[in-house]
Amino acid sequence: MSLNITLVIQGLAFFAVVWLVMKFGWPHIIAAIEERQKKIAEGLAAADRAKAELAAADNKAAEEVKSARVKAAEILDKAHQQANQAIEKAKGDAITEGNRQLAAARAEIESLSHRAKEELRKQVSLLAVAGAEKILKREIDANAHKALLDQLASEI
Amino acid sequence: MSAEQHAPESMTGYIKHHLAHLQVNQDAGIFWTVHLDSVLFKLALALLFVFFFLRLSRRATSGVPGKLQCALEMVVEFVDGVVKETFHGHSKLIGPLAISIFGLVFLMNFMDMIPVDWLPWAAQHAGVPYLRVVPTADPNTTFGMAITVFLLIQWVGLTHKGVGKFFGEFLTAPFHAEGGLMKVAMAPFNLLLRLIEEAVRPLSLALRLFGNMYAGELIFILIAVMTLGAGLNELMTWIMGPVQFVSGFIWTVFHILVITLQAFIFMMLTIVYLSMAAEHH
Repeated sequence: MSLNITLVIQGLAFFAVVWLVMKFGWPHIIAAIEERQKKIAEGLAAADRAKAELAAADNKAAEEVKSARVKAAEILDKAHQQANQAIEKAKGDAITEGNRQLAAARAEIESLSHRAKEELRKQVSLLAVAGAEKILKREIDANAHKALLDQLASEI
Repeated sequence: MSAEQHAPESMTGYIKHHLAHLQVNQDAGIFWTVHLDSVLFKLALALLFVFFFLRLSRRATSGVPGKLQCALEMVVEFVDGVVKETFHGHSKLIGPLAISIFGLVFLMNFMDMIPVDWLPWAAQHAGVPYLRVVPTADPNTTFGMAITVFLLIQWVGLTHKGVGKFFGEFLTAPFHAEGGLMKVAMAPFNLLLRLIEEAVRPLSLALRLFGNMYAGELIFILIAVMTLGAGLNELMTWIMGPVQFVSGFIWTVFHILVITLQAFIFMMLTIVYLSMAAEHH
């Protein structure tokens, strides 16, 4: 077998097919492969992004929780303070009011006892007079007792 | 042929030469004769396939794959899809087997695309008188593969069903009988049908692939014959040259389909047979 035109034409036909495949077949395969690569790359990138986003969200959530806790503690403190203040104020008010009422009661007691004393004094003098009258009715010696009675009346 | 290679070639001689294998060990008889070209080309292609497959799978990344990995992934995914659709049992063997068959048969068939005179011409100048480059156009290759598949079918059947059920089915399927007497009566027919069925499978597998590839090769040879021994100063050369070019072009394009299809059919039928072997009747 020697090199002849048959061999050359076979080669030409073969290269025509190679050209055909290169021109019309290969681009489709490469396109499919590239699309697949792109899809995979995009998927991986999306996964990475999602992971980063998740981490960021986690961080944010933790920060939120932390700040919420701080805020809650603040509010609690404030509430405690307010409660204490209210209690103190109520205590002060109560003491003032108690003192006021005590003073008023004392004043009333004072005035009442004063009045009672006056009353008593008057009644004692009346009683003394009545007693004196009775004594005088038995011993009609007004003169003898007059000095005594006078002294009594003046003493009262 | 090799002795008279510079003599003008006759058409018959050319075709005969192209269909002759590089044989060794001819003295030991027909059975012990080795078609060295088929063996070597198949071995080389198998090594090529294994090399690329292993290299790519070693380098495979779960990140963005390279173009070659992408291509391999597409093929593997395609084969895996076919296997999952067709084979319902569990088998570690069937996926790798399917992709090996597809890859190897495709590569061997692809040798048919290379201009039919090129490699034999190069071989002849290297001192090798005969060379057939398409291993699948040699029935020895296709029968070798088909018989391997046949043995695998039996093995899968045995391991999936157990010895008793496997051999029991020889007598009880496809004709299922009720009652002891009918079972005994049906047993010979079942056995006969089963034996035919089992024998036909490797035969059809091997002959289909061989027939297609042999015919394809033959047509390439016939196309080449158009300008056989033609000189540039002859009119016929200028008429038949373009015809040879156009027909060679068309047949090569068509052959892209044939070689892929034949590889796919061989793989598909193997999966189907194994699936049938694994399923209970």
